[in-house]
Amino acid sequence: MTNTAKAIGAEKAPIFEERKDQIHRIGEGDFAMACNRDSLAGAVSQRACVFCGSRVVLYPIADALHLVHGPIGCAAYTWDIRGALSSGPELHRLSFSTDLQELDVVFGGEKKLAKALDELIVRHEPKAAFVYSTCIVGLIGDDLAAVCKAASARHGIPVIPVQSEGFKGNKREGYLAACKAMRTLVGTGDVSSISPLSVNIMGDFNLAGETWIIKDYLTRMGIEVVAGITGDGRVDDLRRAHGASLNLVQCSGATQDLAKMMRDDYGIPFVRVSWIGIEDVAESLYDVAEHFELTRPELAAGLVDRTAALVREELSTLMPRLAELRRDLEGKKAAVYVGGSFKAFSLVKAFRHLGMEVVIVGSQTGTEEDYRELAAICAPGTIVVDDANPLELSAFIKEKDVDIFVGGVKERPIAFKLGVGFCDHNHERKIALEGFVGMLNFAKEVHASVMSPIWRFVPRRETGRNVSDASTATGAEATGAEV
Amino acid sequence: MNGEIVMDSVPSSVELMESPGNGYKGPSHAATTNACKLCTPLGATLAFKGVEGAIPFLHGSQGCATYMRRYIISHFREPMDIASSSLGEKNAIYGGGPNLKKGLLNAMQKYGASVVGVATTCLTETIGDDVARLLAEFRTEFGDLPLAEVVHVSTPSYNGTHMDGFHGAVKAMADQLCVEATPANGRVNLMPGLVSPADIRHLKEIVRAFGMEPIVLPDYSETLDGPALLEYENIPSGGTPLADIRSMGGSRASIELGRAISTQDTAGTSLASRFGVPLHRLGLPIGIRETDSFFKALKDITGRETPRDLALERGRYIDALVDGHKYVSGMRAVVYGEEDLCVGLTSFLAEIGVRPVLVATGARNRNLAAHIQAACGDVLREMPAVREGVDFFDIVEEAKTLAPDLLVGHSKGQRAAREWKIPLLRVGFPIHDRFGGQRQLCLGYRGAQELFDRLVNTVLEKKQNDSDVGYGYL
Repeated sequence: MTNTAKAIGAEKAPIFEERKDQIHRIGEGDFAMACNRDSLAGAVSQRACVFCGSRVVLYPIADALHLVHGPIGCAAYTWDIRGALSSGPELHRLSFSTDLQELDVVFGGEKKLAKALDELIVRHEPKAAFVYSTCIVGLIGDDLAAVCKAASARHGIPVIPVQSEGFKGNKREGYLAACKAMRTLVGTGDVSSISPLSVNIMGDFNLAGETWIIKDYLTRMGIEVVAGITGDGRVDDLRRAHGASLNLVQCSGATQDLAKMMRDDYGIPFVRVSWIGIEDVAESLYDVAEHFELTRPELAAGLVDRTAALVREELSTLMPRLAELRRDLEGKKAAVYVGGSFKAFSLVKAFRHLGMEVVIVGSQTGTEEDYRELAAICAPGTIVVDDANPLELSAFIKEKDVDIFVGGVKERPIAFKLGVGFCDHNHERKIALEGFVGMLNFAKEVHASVMSPIWRFVPRRETGRNVSDASTATGAEATGAEV
Repeated sequence: MNGEIVMDSVPSSVELMESPGNGYKGPSHAATTNACKLCTPLGATLAFKGVEGAIPFLHGSQGCATYMRRYIISHFREPMDIASSSLGEKNAIYGGGPNLKKGLLNAMQKYGASVVGVATTCLTETIGDDVARLLAEFRTEFGDLPLAEVVHVSTPSYNGTHMDGFHGAVKAMADQLCVEATPANGRVNLMPGLVSPADIRHLKEIVRAFGMEPIVLPDYSETLDGPALLEYENIPSGGTPLADIRSMGGSRASIELGRAISTQDTAGTSLASRFGVPLHRLGLPIGIRETDSFFKALKDITGRETPRDLALERGRYIDALVDGHKYVSGMRAVVYGEEDLCVGLTSFLAEIGVRPVLVATGARNRNLAAHIQAACGDVLREMPAVREGVDFFDIVEEAKTLAPDLLVGHSKGQRAAREWKIPLLRVGFPIHDRFGGQRQLCLGYRGAQELFDRLVNTVLEKKQNDSDVGYGYL
């Protein structure tokens, strides 16, 4: 049976027929990619769910209670999962769940939810509470909105339902649900003391203190940061976020919906920024400066010049050190597979400063337009992929013989198993990779992995050299020998 | 035909024993804070991962598979592919059958799986998908293809913990894959429970040293701890061969580890009742006495004496206890985690002179206090407080009053250990904040030695760091 079963798995190509139009090789035919599709059943998608999208965006709001209404898994797997730092309270690092049991599923979980909210709000005195809906809540028909409204009335804080039932789409819908939840807070705080030269930092999550790096640049330019949305986030900051004059939106999906809502609700314009790399960081800062010189010339005189001075100062420290690292890295090849496609752009450019070429690039949730733009800046032969899976990624890594893979924890074992270097550019990173200092950290990370002497021992580098039999023994042979 | 069930170390009166102590009624919170358990399907995916050519498959929304993969990868640092039927909103209304079938075909065709282990999730359990019926339809609809085996287990996450999912999947494999009587094979079935790949390797080594080839179910010692590779394996090498599982009914005996499952229907009882395979139900062999019981069972089954190398390991371990006992004597420990591991670790600590003051698990209805009484009653003068259905909020609140100087369990006790500036001896799953959890050995005399060495060194390191003098000899 084992052998016959293998027979239907005999096709060697790692690409599922249904996924062929989600992969593009630059230079081979006209550009066309299908995106934002549901993941293919049975393929091991690297994607998550609606809940994940909401949880990721709201997670860093440090003085809010984050209560997951559902069975235990969704809360357990997101407990202290990210390196999102807080300068004050750390309530976000605890994991709260209603831990629904069979009887709750049968009779409804509303009472348990209300009781859980009462307990936790009294115990932790949060500034607000987010209540996340999970798959099961969407099915058993708990009236989340009503329970939250009542709890809010009892405790005098906002208790906000997040409609994040896992199966109702992918991560993008989760981002939207999170943005809708935050929208209910925005506009409820006092904005009288806010400077006209002010911004919100959106779509940055203060991983390893990255929001602070950006905030430092902006402060040095003379710009006030009203709210980190949601890096080092606070409920009160969100409440007065509408007092900012400009929204800086990073990350293609996560907070753009909120930026659009704030544009519609309060007329606040937004610019898309990226805090990764060199050009993108500088360009983002210049965009801010130019915006204010244009809209508030009376207040922003010399802002562009100040920005130029800041960029010069930062680059004068960064570039010589980058040059040292680049000497070793010149000509090496990289693969990039990240959650959002916007980050992929910046990484492609960042790798150029290391003398490296990106030969595989993809994301979980890019749009066709994103991929078209990506294809435009990458070299011919580069593979562009949407919603990839381990089979495809491992095949591409081998085909392109990359030296380093940039991704998240789910991609790490694929790279490592094949003896390829790795850089974690996801939510779990503990090293700041944003801003000019982040570019240096990134280069050091890449260098530390790519230049390690251990690669000479991994099978793909040992092949062709004269190595002992031990290195080629497969597990199956070893087991066979023992039996 | 009924197989004899041998309760080697588990007194049959265990069910009747009352929880010792203080009339504690258990936590009364509606909210769970920092859970001390994981969800049911996660355990099933781990069990399925231990079968040769198998891919775990979650029937539910995409997020479940992705979250569990991430969680498991962070411990094992190995690929952990879990396929998913990736249900969307339409499927939740009209049923997940079409996605399940399509997903199974894809998993078979692209992954070349010879076994697909399907576990349900809260989504598919709640919409009422009848997986057994769907699988029957699948086999009919695609009967012209040489289909892989499909095993399924019901694992709604609102019922039980990851350990229920694990044991449920092991039982499902025995029930659904081992269906015909097979000739006597002279082997021994070994159901180790959720232990580390290093533990599985050591258990195999021990059984082989008694002259017998074990059928270990599940055996993820290689699939979740494999070598660096030239070619990516869609499904990693290793795992219990399907043919071995099919022949489990012909084995000379079964050994099932874990006191807390010793009153449940399991793979072992299923093989005993259907094929008359005698079942030995033992605690996890952690520490001397529980390992002695395991060795005694092997002696009984094989008629052989303990091989000299292993007897020497026991002797060396006892010698080490003599050398090191004063470093740990009288320490007060809090033990938490999976129920069977809790029993084993508590037993280990008790017999080296550490005083367990609190033993806690997120699981419910495990009769944990009685099992601990049975495993430790002969060495402990005072039983620890034993709690079921608790989370880390409860554990911390109670532990605070007990002045512990040691935590023993998985990584998630880290916050408390840090706050109280006491050591955490990391054991079990998950270990997310240290390296090499998958290679950590706890079982057998050798495992006890490793545990003891680590514990003593942890204590010495703290003593040295905290001391103004910084003695060079300790």
